[in-house]
Amino acid sequence: MNEQDTPHTGTDVTPAAQHGTAVRLDEGHVVGEGGLPERFTNPGLPHHVPRMADLDDGAAERAEKQVATLFGISILGTILFVVLYFVIPVEATIDLPGVGLTSASNFALGVTLALSLLGIGFGAVHWAKTLMPDHEVVEDRHPMRATDENRHKVVDILRKDGGEDSQITRRPLIKYTLGGALGLFAVPIALQVGGSLGPMPQKSLSLTWWNGGPSGPGQEPTFTPMRLMRDPENTPIRADDVTIGSALHVMPEGLLPDPVTHEGGTEHVLEEKAKAAVLLMRLDPKQILSQKELDWGYEGIVAYSKICTHVGCPVGLYEQQTHHLLCPCHQSTFDVARDCKVIFGPAARPLPQLKITVDDEGYLVSAQPFMEPVGPSFWERESP
Amino acid sequence: MNALAARRRHPAAIAVLILLGLVLTGALYAVVAPKPADAATSRAAAQTAEEGRQLFLANCASCHGKNAEGRETGTPGNIAGPSLAGVGAAAVDFQMGTGRMPLTQPGVQAMEQSQLKFSQEQIDAIGAYVASLAPGPEVPSEEMVDPTLGNVALGGQLYRVNCAMCHNFAASGGALTRGKYAPPIRDISSTHIYEAMQTGPQSMPVFGEGNLSSESKRDIIAYLDALGTQENPGGMSLGSLGPVTEGLFAWVFGLGILVAAAVWLGSKAA
Repeated sequence: MNEQDTPHTGTDVTPAAQHGTAVRLDEGHVVGEGGLPERFTNPGLPHHVPRMADLDDGAAERAEKQVATLFGISILGTILFVVLYFVIPVEATIDLPGVGLTSASNFALGVTLALSLLGIGFGAVHWAKTLMPDHEVVEDRHPMRATDENRHKVVDILRKDGGEDSQITRRPLIKYTLGGALGLFAVPIALQVGGSLGPMPQKSLSLTWWNGGPSGPGQEPTFTPMRLMRDPENTPIRADDVTIGSALHVMPEGLLPDPVTHEGGTEHVLEEKAKAAVLLMRLDPKQILSQKELDWGYEGIVAYSKICTHVGCPVGLYEQQTHHLLCPCHQSTFDVARDCKVIFGPAARPLPQLKITVDDEGYLVSAQPFMEPVGPSFWERESP
Repeated sequence: MNALAARRRHPAAIAVLILLGLVLTGALYAVVAPKPADAATSRAAAQTAEEGRQLFLANCASCHGKNAEGRETGTPGNIAGPSLAGVGAAAVDFQMGTGRMPLTQPGVQAMEQSQLKFSQEQIDAIGAYVASLAPGPEVPSEEMVDPTLGNVALGGQLYRVNCAMCHNFAASGGALTRGKYAPPIRDISSTHIYEAMQTGPQSMPVFGEGNLSSESKRDIIAYLDALGTQENPGGMSLGSLGPVTEGLFAWVFGLGILVAAAVWLGSKAA
């Protein structure tokens, strides 16, 4: 079966391998001396195994019926799709085992459409596998290199018809201005991509709304004490409202819109919220171990930035009994009794604290803005 | 002499005898032993503080002290149960109504149980007793926890700010540190949700009147009720756990089906 026309110097096959067997047990392998053969031996195509539909008419009939059934399922699916489209109301729900409560219309239309399309596909594939011819065919690949005559012709066309007849070779001015025009063509595209990146942040990474107002790129807020407001109700907070063990989510005044009418608030609400979010908690003053934390708080009420110093997720998971703050994204854990020191996880710096006090009407206000940039590290930050 | 008597000096005979004795003693004990101290009167008894005190002494005092003053264990710094002065009837109704108390096993967190040991009347009685110790939050009225009276949209806003970080955006629950967890809250009774917010059980912060007003709590209850009853138009919510379950489904079933299809396409027919 395998051709053995490779010229080589090797020992002959041992007579034992050929003795008495129709198949060569050594598969034509010849013990060589490590040199490369001049040509590959062509193993040829694998032996063709006929399918049942080729050998047996009954099997072919069965295959035909199977293909017809699959196409029939597709037809049925399509008809059912049309019927169910009109019959099932859009709001209907159905409780399916394993799936739960789902939209009946979506489910029915999805299943029938799947049957309709898969029926065509599976039917066609099954037809091809069982009934269509399956003999292996070998197509020669022509060598890719063109003939020398053609190659010379192409060069001539390019040089004479393209170069000389278009007179670009005689007229260098056209050549240079064409180069300039085409080269400059990239400029509008690059300009729009590069120029539309938006303003540089300037100082906005280090500022928040607590500095006195809008803190976007190029803005210079001046500090005034701002009331701590509940998010999203936008109501000010009294010291007595904060009980031991409670956690309030706080935004500075002027930032939030009205919770029901959604009017008011600032223009870039989300950008400002992403920097100004604060978590207000109350601990027993005896539990607080950091003097600075006590001084910057008010009778055990402490306010910390809610923006994690790792990648910037809001750290809202306050565990009341252990007074730990957990960030859900990468599980950085901060100990509120120790000035939000990082006790676990990838955060590198503790959460910045906001110094608070009480104004003359009894509401909690900020005494100063954040004394360091909130959130993740960035290149220009003094302490990374 | 029969076969049993012939083997009476077999070395295994003494083992069999001991086993038989143990089984008999156990069976006798199960029949004759006194029932666990319930001190429960009939179910129709009025919820008085005195009834509650009897139940408390029988079931709760071993950890919380005979006067609910709290009890320490032998290890210094460890408590068996905290003082219940000031927790109010709301805390009792929540903790016992969800089966968290009496604590069935030690661990980082008390787990909710579906099989309750106490009837609602008994829980109310114990709540009345604990409320008599010191002023504390009361069990909310029907009107305070009626979902139809709450603003679902506002409740959603409040939920997303205050609750979603621990309990998941669709109230499917989430993990906290060291094995603690925030349980799923989609199918919890409205009263228990109110009480949990009011009393702040275990790791949950206290959302008292100064944090979330009664109306805000009712709005959140309305939102949770809507979450629990609305359909999932897309079908399988996969636990509403977000990318993890969805990704698992896509990689295992989606890719599995595609791989199977590719294998079928390439294989030769019979």
